[in-house]
Amino acid sequence: MTLNRGRVRWQCRRALLELDLVFTRFLERHFDRLTDDQLADLDDLLLVEDHDLWAMVNGSKPVTKERWQEMVDLLRAR
Amino acid sequence: MKVAKRTFDAVIVGAGGAGLRAALQLSEAGLKTAVLTKVFPTRSHTVAAQGGVAASLGNSTEDNWHWHMYDTVKGSDWLGDQDAIEFMVKKANEVVVELEHYGMPFDRTDNGKIYQRPFGGHSQNYGQTPVSRSCAAADRTGHAMLHALYQRNVRANTQFFVEWMAMDLIRNADGDVLGVTAMEMETGEVSIFHAKATIFATGGSGRIYYSSTNAFINTGDGVGMAARAGIPLEDMEFWQFHPTGVAGAGVLITEGVRGEGGILRNASGERFMERYAPNLKDLASRDVVSRSMVTEINEGRGCGSEKDHVLLDITHLSPETINKRLPGIREISIQFAGVDPIKAPIPVVPTCHYQMGGIPTNYKGQVVVPKDGNPNVPVAGFYAAGECACASVHGANRLGTNSLLDLLVFGKAAGETVVADFQSGQLTLKPLPENAADVSLARIARLETQTNGEEVHEVRLAMQRTMQKHAGVFRFADMLKEGVTKILEVAERAKHTQIKDKSKVWNTARTEALELDNLIEVAKATMVSAEARKESRGAHVRDDAIDCAETPNGRDDKNWLKHTLWYSEGNRLDYKPVTLQPMSADVEPIALAKRTY
Repeated sequence: MTLNRGRVRWQCRRALLELDLVFTRFLERHFDRLTDDQLADLDDLLLVEDHDLWAMVNGSKPVTKERWQEMVDLLRAR
Repeated sequence: MKVAKRTFDAVIVGAGGAGLRAALQLSEAGLKTAVLTKVFPTRSHTVAAQGGVAASLGNSTEDNWHWHMYDTVKGSDWLGDQDAIEFMVKKANEVVVELEHYGMPFDRTDNGKIYQRPFGGHSQNYGQTPVSRSCAAADRTGHAMLHALYQRNVRANTQFFVEWMAMDLIRNADGDVLGVTAMEMETGEVSIFHAKATIFATGGSGRIYYSSTNAFINTGDGVGMAARAGIPLEDMEFWQFHPTGVAGAGVLITEGVRGEGGILRNASGERFMERYAPNLKDLASRDVVSRSMVTEINEGRGCGSEKDHVLLDITHLSPETINKRLPGIREISIQFAGVDPIKAPIPVVPTCHYQMGGIPTNYKGQVVVPKDGNPNVPVAGFYAAGECACASVHGANRLGTNSLLDLLVFGKAAGETVVADFQSGQLTLKPLPENAADVSLARIARLETQTNGEEVHEVRLAMQRTMQKHAGVFRFADMLKEGVTKILEVAERAKHTQIKDKSKVWNTARTEALELDNLIEVAKATMVSAEARKESRGAHVRDDAIDCAETPNGRDDKNWLKHTLWYSEGNRLDYKPVTLQPMSADVEPIALAKRTY
């Protein structure tokens, strides 16, 4: 089943400003170009708790699932 | 147009700390309870709270609620209602221990008690020495609290409507509240939530400012809905600014950075805090540091091409100290300022952090409005708690760790009041007016058909820049006056926003347009209330308020010891007295005094 892009976009609204800012950049640059597979990876990553997700994005904690790595790299890119 | 209707005993809007605490009270009492939330509950902004929750448990140092009450009243610059403050500090131990029983993983002392740490503004013996009053779960107190409350709600069968946006309050001809309309984001359909009781717990509205530490979800939805439905907003001129937000991003740099030796510098590299606070220097209180920074910027000593920020310098600290004592700061600085603080200073600016005002309530969580000469008459069926509400315990300035306490105590109190009113038969399901959903449907219809309007983000940015420039940390009579004209112009523009995407399903552009309708009410309330208050008090600091014996720190108790009430309709102001009498007859009021630390 194909994921609804609008739904995934809304899931990028987070509890921490740090992540909102990172996702703003990501949504502008990368979101519309994601393949369905990448979108599914992102959807899975978005289930991670905010503090853990921020730690992965800022590199202070390792990315704990292989399928998240590409999305975390895109989120990290400045 | 036919609109689906759902019926509950109670509907709660918002699933952060206050909403979850209230919901728990209702569900455990057997009330059929619906909680509406824009995002999954554990993704609410309560997650960002790090400092802890205040309670005079006395586990680490001697403490009692009288001292906590004194600190809170003084912190509020005497604008807090002393009955509500007494209620809150007395309930603190109970709500914290309850949370412990729900499984909240508080830090522990060696003998197994809840560990407590000191926090700014909290003292022993009426301002004498610092006290350890903050209960924390490492640096994730808010996160742990939300998880404990959410799990407990799941157990109690609270019904969550996740990714639903509440749109408008439903009131009948008598002004009673009968529920809300809400849009399901997945379908774009509007429904009516008809209920005997409606509790707002929608959090703060910090996104009205350009520089804000608040997450994007903090759009003041409950505050805006209440204002549009004719409920006045209380003390909206009072916003707490944190001195060190990353310039241009808003992300908070904790006070701990200055505690570890961080120094604020202006464009010429001068340690300017030495001039403003010769003793405490960079460690002076939040408001003093913020105002000093703004003075530097206003007088042309700001940094960068726009001269619009100052620098927080920790380059003299060793990389080991930075990595060990200030975890996370380096990452934030690199990500959002593009600067490695080991090598270069961090650009910072005072940043909007917390909303002291809100929907007026009493200490029971009932929403109260002036009626027939009584300033505090409960609105039947309507309750509010947390940052969206004004109880008023924070008055003109909030103490750190009192916000998590506020949401626990008043979330529970609102829940208890609803349960009591329900069990006594006072709460009934009143008939809905014929046109209950018309306002909401009209808002959706406007967005469907609007042409030649501006983009939502353009108008939002205009609002944020206007608020930042005209109603920031330091306020000037002429700037405020101009600000009122400007924000009313922006509000006109907000009525004609346009969205390109007209789809119904998961249309985030439409959601953001609806959020702007709420933000703009908060922005108007803030600017108009601030322009009118001709004194300095707590977080509201005017350049033209004179510090003399009669008006210490510019505070004018003779004319301004009163709460502001702003009405959206007619953009008019009213005032009501501050409750200076505590709840209990045997508790002495905290007498007015100059606020010094």
